[in-house]
Amino acid sequence: MIPAAFEYHRPTDLAAALATLGEFGDEARVVAGGHSLIPMMKLRMAEIGHVVDLQDIADLKGIRIDGTAVWIGAMTTQHELIGHQGLAAAAPILRETALQIADPQVRYVGTIGGNVANGDPGNDMPALMQCLDATFTLAGPNGSREVAARDFYEGAYVTLREDDEILTGIRFEATGGGQAYEKQKRKIGDYATAAAAAILKKDGTSCSAASIAMTNLSDMPVWSKAAGDALVGTACAAADIDAAVAAALGDISPNADNRGPVEFKRHVAGIIIRRAIEQAWARA
Amino acid sequence: MNELAPISREQRVENLKGLGCSRKRVEDVRFTQGRGNYVDDLKLPGMLYGDFVRSPYAHARVKSVDKSAALAVPGVVAVLTAEDLAPLNLHWMPTLAGDKQMVLADGKVLFQGQEVAFVVANDRYVAADAAELVVIDYEELPVVVDPFKALEPGAPVLREDLDGQTTGAHGDRRHHNHIFLWEAGDKAATDEVISSAEVVAEEMVYYHRTHPCPLETCGCVASMDAVNGKLTVHGTFQAPHVVRTVASLLSGIEEHKIRVVSPDIGGGFGNKVGVYPGYVCAIVASIVTGKPVKWIEDRMENLTATAFARDYWMKGRIAATKDGRITALSCHVTADHGAFDACADPTKFPAGFFSIMTGSYDIPVAHVGVDGVYTNKAPGGVAYRCSFRVTEAAYFIERMIEVLAIELGMDAAELRRINFIRKEQFPYQSALGWEYDSGDYHTAWDKALTAIDYQGLRREQADRVEAFRRGETRKLLGIGLTHFTEIVGAGPVKNCDILGMGMFDSCEIRIHPTGSAVARLGTISQGQGHATTFAQILASEIGLPADSITVEEGDTDTAPYGLGTYGSRSTPVAGAATAMAGRKIRAKAQMIAAYLLEVHDGDLEWDVDRFVVKGAPERFKTMKDIAYASYNQAIPGVEPGLEAVSYYDPPNMTYPFGAYICVMEVDVDTGVCDVRQFYALDDCGTRINPMVIEGQVHGGLTEALAIAMGQEIAYDEIGNVKTATLMDFFLPTAWETPHYTTDFTETPSPHHPIGAKGVGESPNVGGVPAFSNAVHDAFRAFGLRQSHMPHDHWRVWKIAHDLGLHG
Repeated sequence: MIPAAFEYHRPTDLAAALATLGEFGDEARVVAGGHSLIPMMKLRMAEIGHVVDLQDIADLKGIRIDGTAVWIGAMTTQHELIGHQGLAAAAPILRETALQIADPQVRYVGTIGGNVANGDPGNDMPALMQCLDATFTLAGPNGSREVAARDFYEGAYVTLREDDEILTGIRFEATGGGQAYEKQKRKIGDYATAAAAAILKKDGTSCSAASIAMTNLSDMPVWSKAAGDALVGTACAAADIDAAVAAALGDISPNADNRGPVEFKRHVAGIIIRRAIEQAWARA
Repeated sequence: MNELAPISREQRVENLKGLGCSRKRVEDVRFTQGRGNYVDDLKLPGMLYGDFVRSPYAHARVKSVDKSAALAVPGVVAVLTAEDLAPLNLHWMPTLAGDKQMVLADGKVLFQGQEVAFVVANDRYVAADAAELVVIDYEELPVVVDPFKALEPGAPVLREDLDGQTTGAHGDRRHHNHIFLWEAGDKAATDEVISSAEVVAEEMVYYHRTHPCPLETCGCVASMDAVNGKLTVHGTFQAPHVVRTVASLLSGIEEHKIRVVSPDIGGGFGNKVGVYPGYVCAIVASIVTGKPVKWIEDRMENLTATAFARDYWMKGRIAATKDGRITALSCHVTADHGAFDACADPTKFPAGFFSIMTGSYDIPVAHVGVDGVYTNKAPGGVAYRCSFRVTEAAYFIERMIEVLAIELGMDAAELRRINFIRKEQFPYQSALGWEYDSGDYHTAWDKALTAIDYQGLRREQADRVEAFRRGETRKLLGIGLTHFTEIVGAGPVKNCDILGMGMFDSCEIRIHPTGSAVARLGTISQGQGHATTFAQILASEIGLPADSITVEEGDTDTAPYGLGTYGSRSTPVAGAATAMAGRKIRAKAQMIAAYLLEVHDGDLEWDVDRFVVKGAPERFKTMKDIAYASYNQAIPGVEPGLEAVSYYDPPNMTYPFGAYICVMEVDVDTGVCDVRQFYALDDCGTRINPMVIEGQVHGGLTEALAIAMGQEIAYDEIGNVKTATLMDFFLPTAWETPHYTTDFTETPSPHHPIGAKGVGESPNVGGVPAFSNAVHDAFRAFGLRQSHMPHDHWRVWKIAHDLGLHG
């Protein structure tokens, strides 16, 4: 559990960080909280010549809420997300999700930017960002660009971020609705056996908008448009939820691992998606 | 020297903080401040660091090892391979189980993670970098991870070194992957009773492979002083004196030239009993380089290479009358020992004390046979927070009782009650040869059932089943019963030894002139709190306050020879030695007091902390007075000073027991199990420190929860360890740990000087079947008989699925 030798860089502004990435190309990687990268380096499954630590870049931190517009700096920790009262009012699902990530020690250090940028299918925030229809800002040598969370992921650890880009922040519109994040895991610190985010809006007695996304049930987060569509215009009765769950299950392809075989995971996914929908609807 | 203001007798008793006092643990002052002193804290001048190159394969021939690139790394001092150790005859070493094991791969590797080369460098990071550069050419061989397949005729030969050897340390080997067959009991009589019994239940009960996983992994610092020829080894040793003897026998260094020190140890649970290749390599490297060498394994190395626990396939048959009287019990175990037989059992017991498998029940006839088998897995088979194979035995009988209850259509609590050994039967001779020293099972059982309102729970469970069938709930209720009996405190020298060393233990006491004392023992605490509790034993024996008694362990240069701490033996054996040494102190003190008071010895009586002249309570000498006198008075016929030593050979084991009940909510759709209530009644005989006991019970139950509900060392079919990190190896945190209710009865051991029996392992032994039986019991109404642990989410889900509960 000892990594190979590497150079450690600790820039204080984004330009310097980007310059270091530009200088060392694919030998360099940025580190945010380090909960994914450092274990991989210790296992010598990742040999990184240059580690660029982002923690001293003040511009990457903070939470700003302007009406319904929410911006979260990439280096904001899970602990800070949990403790932010404005955020809890604007998008309570963020706190609900962050509280289900590992343990307090991890959450003091782990960041939302690292969680979404790494492309690990086990991470919880990517599916949540898709559920919220968030947008990621990527800064590169030629300036910044924005990519929708629903377009960002291409496979396990494969995203639209280029090697010379840094994910700097996340923005989304907090449009309310009933929100819920349900997760089954074996224990604290484990990735989800199955997890689902649901945001439902209610107009009178019927569902006016629905967004359903899932964690660790494919090699990338899954936003199920079909599941949401199955609920819109309905009263979210049992049969409607059945249809939404069936639609969501049609969009996932879980892998067997130590948590269990595919058949089990699909079954649990159905239960967890249903619970998320029911909970979100109850809160709508 | 007498107190100016007399205090009450009660106050004097209280001041001692002796037996029965919930004295705060003296160790915790340093542990809670991060001031413990563990082996990895030790830094010696010029110290070098070792790191292993380990096999990625479970079975392969090592065709060549090229260490040139590693040796070329600046800072690398040496790279050891089997070839380098062979001239010293240290490329193999004997195991505690009468087998031998490779220190470094000698021609082949037999399990994933096996040590192949040892890189020594002046920096830990350099050692790790250089280990990457050792080039090993492997030729993969067929892998056997299933002990049943290992015994098939065409199975690959694992131990080529044993080619042609048809007998081993424990008798005949009937197959090239067979280690031993060990038997106890009367097979013919047992088979006869079973074949004609009114009711027979038969079941395969698997206790899966797991690992003690102490928070501190194994490691050592070996330091050879080239000037005076003395070897000092600091390490994570549960039995430092045995390590010294083994080191002497292996190295040829005379035993007085070896000092073994166990500093603070961060949990052992059996993992730190044996001798590992890392210790041998560090010692050799220190001798070769003349510098101290540190070796500390990381978590993955600990889980994959140092000693595992369990892995017993137990095929049982239990016979009974129609009304539930058990008439016979039979068990055949297929025991997966991995690549080398490195179980840490007393020498004559290759299956440990598994023959305690008749448990708490009066079973007239029984038989057990255990076949030890080699596979391509890590060696070990240690007693993970239990006496040797006792938790396997307890799990086996407590599952068989449940299965028999199903077969009979009987309540499992009642089935236990009618078969318990009765109070008046103690000392009780078991069918498999043990003499249970004491017990009162019915009292404990009734207390437990009343405490949890057993009948009420059964009614609630029945209602739940009906509600489930009506579709009103998806959760079932399980009531997990266990009544366990342990056999601990190994043990009588006449039949218990480790490498020929009788399993006595020891205590040496020195009373200082001003009335304080130091006691040194042959055991070593790994978290048990010996410095707290042994001082309490002594306080009650000699009348000096526990706060004035320092307890020291773990340094073989100062501590008397002892066999160490495991198998709940510290209190039964070393605790007894402590009491006996204290009594020697008191006997001499009585002579001194008689001289000082100018009376005959026989005119004195002991009263808490002093000798008092019979009939004249105002005339007395306290132990403090006597201590001072022993150093400054010339007393005819009495040597100066006040010291004693006792080597205690226990006349029998002790037999702690307990009644545990777990109430569990089981979600049939997700497989999630939540412990709603856990009641643990322990009878460990005389209770030394109730707070320490409660802490032990909480810790042991949490380990039991882990084992029953998720913790395992799992292999894939080509021998890769699938659970080598704490992501997959379940180690509960406070979050997963339920609330426990503890309770007790107190049945003192008749042969132990203070009646104590040991408690540290009871909760693991009794907890595992309690949790497991709760899971099983939840599904009893739907036809479940047996489902193997660990009961993680998907396995519980699969039970429900296979029973058709998912519609």
